[in-house]
Amino acid sequence: MGYHVDIGQTRYAFPDLKTLMAKATPLRSGDCLAGIAAENATERVAAQRCLAEVPLKQFLNEALIPYEQDEVTRLILDTHDAAAFTPVAHLTVGDFRDWLLSDHASHESLSALAPGLTPEMVAAVSKIMRIQDLILVAQKTEVVTRFRNTIGLSGRMSTRLQPNHPTDDPAGVAASVLDGLLYANGDAVIGINPATDNYHAVTRLMHLLDEVIQRYEIPTQSCVLTHVTTHLEAINRGAPVDLVFQSIAGTQAANDSFGISLSILDEAHKAALELGRGTVGQNVMYFETGQGSALSANAHHGVDQQTCETRAYAVARRFDPLLVNTVVGFIGPEYLYDGKQIIRAGLEDHFCGKLLGLPMGCDICYTNHAEADQDDMDMLLTQLGVAGINFIMGIPGSDDIMLNYQTTSFHDALYVREVLNKPPAPEFAAWLEKMGIFGADNRLASGSTLPPPFAHLQDRL
Amino acid sequence: MEKNPVDKHQIVTSNSWASLRRHTDARIGLGRSGISQPTAPQLEFQQAHARARDAVHIPLDVKQLKTELMEAGLQSLLLHSQAEDRATYLQRPDKGRRLDADSAALLKQVSEQQPASDATIVIADGLSSTAVQRHAARVAAEVDRRLAAEGLTRSPVCIVQQGRVAVGDEVGELLDSRVVILLVGERPGLSSPDSLGIYYTYNPRVGLTDAARNCISNIRPAGISPQDAAERLLWLVRESLRRKLSGVELKDESGDAEALEGDGRRNFLLD
Repeated sequence: MGYHVDIGQTRYAFPDLKTLMAKATPLRSGDCLAGIAAENATERVAAQRCLAEVPLKQFLNEALIPYEQDEVTRLILDTHDAAAFTPVAHLTVGDFRDWLLSDHASHESLSALAPGLTPEMVAAVSKIMRIQDLILVAQKTEVVTRFRNTIGLSGRMSTRLQPNHPTDDPAGVAASVLDGLLYANGDAVIGINPATDNYHAVTRLMHLLDEVIQRYEIPTQSCVLTHVTTHLEAINRGAPVDLVFQSIAGTQAANDSFGISLSILDEAHKAALELGRGTVGQNVMYFETGQGSALSANAHHGVDQQTCETRAYAVARRFDPLLVNTVVGFIGPEYLYDGKQIIRAGLEDHFCGKLLGLPMGCDICYTNHAEADQDDMDMLLTQLGVAGINFIMGIPGSDDIMLNYQTTSFHDALYVREVLNKPPAPEFAAWLEKMGIFGADNRLASGSTLPPPFAHLQDRL
Repeated sequence: MEKNPVDKHQIVTSNSWASLRRHTDARIGLGRSGISQPTAPQLEFQQAHARARDAVHIPLDVKQLKTELMEAGLQSLLLHSQAEDRATYLQRPDKGRRLDADSAALLKQVSEQQPASDATIVIADGLSSTAVQRHAARVAAEVDRRLAAEGLTRSPVCIVQQGRVAVGDEVGELLDSRVVILLVGERPGLSSPDSLGIYYTYNPRVGLTDAARNCISNIRPAGISPQDAAERLLWLVRESLRRKLSGVELKDESGDAEALEGDGRRNFLLD
């Protein structure tokens, strides 16, 4: 079935829904690289006007990637909740934008609607929304998850403490962990990207983080960001696994290139649940995503990168994750060229994930070959703070010395707390106060010297 | 109201644990102005970012590189990828992986005039011209000397402007070379703007993926030395010629033990 729109004397025609979606996507280099972007600005807006007329129901009838070929499509359509969809089932994409912006869309109605939305519906409406729309609607949502603390409450923001080191040196990792804790970071997770996938190196890091959390009784969780199958092996051999991590994508073929499938994720999810290590909840999965991953794996089926990304959230949603992190600027300028493209992508991902009911965080980041700098990151950080992001990264001085890219610093989180009044998760905030890191006002008290509970480390300095 | 000007040494809150930087290059213990990064570390960061940006964007001085290669006794050919400029290179990885028409024609001509060689060294600017400018001629000379000592014949060194890793395979295929050794500027980090990588392919041809290549990364003063890199490469070359393959099936066993070393320093937080 084709789509068309007449603008003045010109008819713009689009052979199918996936072409229409790609042409309607705000400009980004990855879609140009894939050869599926609009030819020019006029065609892009024509596609957006055409897409605005498409009934939401059409996304249940016309799969962008065939049902028979792709288990993510099957997951999306087989788990769609028709009853939850009812309040918006009669709307077009354009009507849906108006509905989301209206008072009909509230925290309660959006939570109830989430199971009735498909990734494609959410991606479609995001393509005709401005940045302020993406922020305003996302701010109405609240997605709360729990393991050893409570993440995602309105008015709060958490951080992943990311103590990466190029050789996984225990003292080097410990130095970054201590610095991060003293700067009040780490309530979403203390999560390290290991330098190697070597099983013994990975489990050594698992023990290191677990021992620190136990010794200082920190209400948080640890994660070593290695392949899901390595987590399974670690669980089977008794290593201390809090969260199971995996990078995921929005097509079966892209997930295949990551060496995963829904059934492998299911197995890991069940294994982590059986450990029962959470104290206040059992959200045990940590997923990372990012626009461009399906194209990078040559597994995008002609679907635009933002829609592929949103489909990854359907994969995440199945496993009730504690954290979903869109690593927005890491992939490089061939997918997101500059600060403008990275900023919009980050806000789209947060909006789409939240509408689908996911605990969205963002790795607000860039590489040195992208046309971006700290000013761009400050804009995205501030906007995501206003939008109600669940968590961001925290790294010493924004410089990841292992992965060679820049993400948000420990100080950046404090900036959001200060200008937007966003304390960390309540259990973690209480711990910070108990440890003398925070004063009574959720503000940093420590600085020149180690607070008393850390004073025994003085002769290690 | 503060009447007297504040002592400037009391404006910034310093961190007593900054000494822990002896354990890591991470930017820990920066201190704070209010809750923000103090001026000094803020500007140090900007300086590092500027260096990394320049590494990406300042064009490779090919004349200088040719001269240095010449001084090391190495002839070189100047080639160009299909990416006409840096902006295209950054957005179109497919173009950086292929030679432009003139370059391909030149190599065909060379190939008709000279017998096929065992090995071809290719130098591509990649994402850091700084790395190539600083280290490529020395690394190429170290590698060439060892290849010669093994009795292997070599083509002229091929310099590819706006080149990505896979372009080496096209060079090798056109020259009918048994193996290709590609030196490339790696994606620059703030603390490593000048890191060179070596990619190695047996039986190079267009269309191979990373699975067919071996990589030696982080060649720079604070990383692997040119001599060590050349030694590790030659181990790969010998094994590869013997087993007639490269890539994931040719694991660099010479580096395996290193992964688990470094246990010497403990997690002091548990003391």
